[in-house]
Amino acid sequence: MADAMKIRAQLQGDMADVKVLMFHPMETGLRKDPVSGDVIPLNFIQRVVATHNGKTVMDAQWSQAVSKNPFINFHIRGAKVGDKVAVSWEDNKGEKASIETTLN
Amino acid sequence: MRTQLPSKKSPPEEFSRRNFLRTLVIGSAYAATFAAGWLRPIQLLAAEWNKVAFDAKVLAEALKNIGGTSAIESDLILLKAPEIAENGAIVPVEITSKIPGTQSIYILADKNPQPLVAIFDIAAGLEPFISTRIKMGESSKVRVLVKAAGKFYVASQEVKVTIGGCGG
Repeated sequence: MADAMKIRAQLQGDMADVKVLMFHPMETGLRKDPVSGDVIPLNFIQRVVATHNGKTVMDAQWSQAVSKNPFINFHIRGAKVGDKVAVSWEDNKGEKASIETTLN
Repeated sequence: MRTQLPSKKSPPEEFSRRNFLRTLVIGSAYAATFAAGWLRPIQLLAAEWNKVAFDAKVLAEALKNIGGTSAIESDLILLKAPEIAENGAIVPVEITSKIPGTQSIYILADKNPQPLVAIFDIAAGLEPFISTRIKMGESSKVRVLVKAAGKFYVASQEVKVTIGGCGG
C-alpha cells in the first residue's frame, strides 16, 4: 500500500516535528451508502505505533471517531540527522501500512 | 525407488516412516504459520486494544473502563480545540501535557455514540504533545485525560458542532 500514508519529519534543534497523514475511510458503521442505502460497515484504524530508530515512542489505540484520513502530529526528543522515524497502523480488518523517513 | 521386493514386515514400516515425515513437514508448516500469525501482533501490539472502554456507550462507563473516574482537574493540561466546529467530521484537537511523568493521553467526546476517541501511550523520547482531528456527533465537551505516575488528570472544553460528523 504505497499510498496508504505520508510522513514529514523536520528537525528543530534536537526535536523532530513529525506529521503523518493516513489515507483511510474511518467508517463509523453508521453511514449509509447514498445509492444502495446499505449501511457501510465499521472500518477504522485501531492501532498506530511510532518508532524512533526502532524504539517505540508512541503506541496509540483509536476508535472510529478519529477523522477520515487521520492526521497526527507529535514531537520526538533527542533526535538527530540520520535518525529513522517510522509509523505503522493496523485497522479492525487487519489491513496494515507503514512508512519510514530519515531525518535530515 | 528400490526394485527389490520388500520383506513382509517392510511396507508398514515404510508407510509409518513416510507418514511420520509427512506429519513432521505439515506440523512445521503449521507451526511456522502460527508463529508468524501470533508473533507479529505481539510485536506491534504492546497492550490489547481496549475494546470494553471503546465500546462504552456513555461517558461514565468509558471513564470507569480506562480507570479515570476520579480524575483531578488540571490546568497543566493544555487543550486547544475550536469553540465552534462547523464540521463535526473534522474537529482539530491539540493537547500538551505539562504534568511530569505523563504516560498516556486520552481523548473523549462526551456525547459521541462511543465517547472514547483515542488513547495515546507516550514512551520515553516522545514529548507529551499530540495534535489530531476527531469526529463529534453533536455539541459537547471534549475531555482530555492524562495518566501520570498512575494518577489521572482531566481538562475539558465545550465545542459547539454545527453539522454532526458521525452519521451521514
